[in-house]
Amino acid sequence: MAEKLIEIKNLKQYFNVGKPNMVKAVDGVTFDIYKGETLGLVGESGCGKSTTGRTIIRLYEATGGQVLFNGENVHGKKSKAELKKFNRKMQMIFQDPYASLDPRMTVADIIAEGIDIHGLAKSKKERMERVYELLETVGLNKEHANRYPHEFSGGQRQRIGIARALAVKPEFIIADEPISALDVSIQAQIVNLLKKLQREKGLTYLFIAHDLSMVKYISDRIGVMYYGKIVEMASSDELYENPVHPYTKSLLSAIPLPDPDYERTRVRKIYDPSQHQYGPEDKVELREVAPNHLVLCSEREFEQYKKEYEKK
Amino acid sequence: MEKLLEVKDLQISFQTYGGDVQAVRGVSFDVFKGETLAIVGESGSGKSVTAQSLMKLIPMPPGKIIGGQILFEGEDIVTKTEKEMEHIRGKEISMIFQDPMTSLNPTMRVGKQIAEVLIKHQNMPKADAKKRAVELLHQVGIPMPETRVKQYPHEFSGGMRQRVMIAIALAANPKLLIADEPTTALDVTIQAQILELMKKLQKQTNTSIIFITHDLGVVANVADRVAVMYAGKIVETGTVDEIFYDPRHPYTWGLLASMPSLESSDHGELAAIPGTPPDLTNPPQGDAFAPRNQYSLAIDFVKEPPIYQISETHFVRSWLLHPNAPKVEPPEIVKKRMRKLPSSFEQAILVKEA
Repeated sequence: MAEKLIEIKNLKQYFNVGKPNMVKAVDGVTFDIYKGETLGLVGESGCGKSTTGRTIIRLYEATGGQVLFNGENVHGKKSKAELKKFNRKMQMIFQDPYASLDPRMTVADIIAEGIDIHGLAKSKKERMERVYELLETVGLNKEHANRYPHEFSGGQRQRIGIARALAVKPEFIIADEPISALDVSIQAQIVNLLKKLQREKGLTYLFIAHDLSMVKYISDRIGVMYYGKIVEMASSDELYENPVHPYTKSLLSAIPLPDPDYERTRVRKIYDPSQHQYGPEDKVELREVAPNHLVLCSEREFEQYKKEYEKK
Repeated sequence: MEKLLEVKDLQISFQTYGGDVQAVRGVSFDVFKGETLAIVGESGSGKSVTAQSLMKLIPMPPGKIIGGQILFEGEDIVTKTEKEMEHIRGKEISMIFQDPMTSLNPTMRVGKQIAEVLIKHQNMPKADAKKRAVELLHQVGIPMPETRVKQYPHEFSGGMRQRVMIAIALAANPKLLIADEPTTALDVTIQAQILELMKKLQKQTNTSIIFITHDLGVVANVADRVAVMYAGKIVETGTVDEIFYDPRHPYTWGLLASMPSLESSDHGELAAIPGTPPDLTNPPQGDAFAPRNQYSLAIDFVKEPPIYQISETHFVRSWLLHPNAPKVEPPEIVKKRMRKLPSSFEQAILVKEA
């Protein structure tokens, strides 16, 4: 595959450290994101998928581990200039298109905020031209520039959020549940737009969502998270066809499909974390069951999973 | 099958500064005993307003029922007073909402919230109601119900709160349960549990359910019949098989086509429905879906399409079924799921509207 854009090494994000209510939201996550790909991150609410995204972009200071962007560490002490450089390369699209746009700013100012901060436009004219261009890229038009967020529908607002992210010409975009708040007919529009932008601009995405069918559709590879850990990671088709970890199986078996015949016969698999029975001597880590298909397991489970896999 | 609820030409509007929003524009449907009717549609299609009007939960003003009837066991709900409604709400018809946190009282113990229903509607003595509350919690699958009844809603997780809501809703053995997006806020694994629970309880009690959702996967799982709503009107109704395997309305096609399939490894463009739903302060002339519809005919922009009957149970509001309409092919991805159903008539029959 292509070169690595981002390497995440043993990333940890704990909250309330040292207090009795300490939460290990992200507990030692390691993975790479390649240039130009879409990596999907799925899991239930509270599994740490959003925290992972937010820690990568440095919205939280990581408790431990490293995030390398093009080989350089994102975290750690940094001068203002260095921080700015990273902020430009990484952008984020948020879940709630209502809460993530400042209601008192015009669309032009929202989109151009990044351009202003990074000094990407030399004149007012150039700034507005860039805004118009961005609006067009995301399927809105010039006239929208002077309006306020409340004048737009959810789908349109999400388009504004995407335009804002694109304004600073980033290489990497973290999309945290970008379509969850939208209607079905609008979701497809936004997903198509994200895919088109990726083709045209060679963007790399980290796509965080709980809607597994959309994640499968948009992602090249998918990581499944459970309680702050990645339990399985594989190419999206592989993950859906040959899930190995019992949690992945259970998650896949829970998705209702728009097919009544399938629904009548669907058997839901239940995941019980105690089934692993990891002892203190078990080394539980991500192991490669098949090429590029990683599963969190102990030595003993690894043998068992491999046998099961080969039988298929 | 016996009809429990009959909605006839219901029209509801809301007064706003921008003018009257015609949220529901002539909706008719029936609910039979023991069945699950799913109402699907986007936000703003009027599905929640329709459901809330069945219990008269719409704030009036600004809301107003302009016309139509809601016959529950033959009696019209529209003309009932607030006092009379108190005997229907929670006893005859009850409701589960999308967000279990905002629909439970945060200052009241869960057990008391359940017992309240029993004391009010079944004149149960307090002690008995408390015992029954424990049983109900057990019935909806909450472990350790004896300790849980004494807890407050914030001590429960999202899925558990929704179970409590179901326990409250079913406490007085209602004949009709309205579930307004009950699983939208939940994770898939929890959603699957709640859906299983609802189906199990329905089997035991023979309650009819109106299930409102925009998730077609959930519809395929729970529904016996489906009504598809768009811009305040029902555009297609049929059994779950008819809607998923023989859809006839272009909007239903659009909904089915815009969902990626889990089985196929096709990563081509999704068939999105272009544009956005219309503004219902000034509903467009003719078919409200026409501007977003790639199959729209010239007449769609002028005249509201009539209803055509495809089978005993399948009704579609579209000009495409007119004998003189051009033959159109649904999108590829919808064609793949199409099959010939034995129940459909040789020819679509025009339904005369009153």
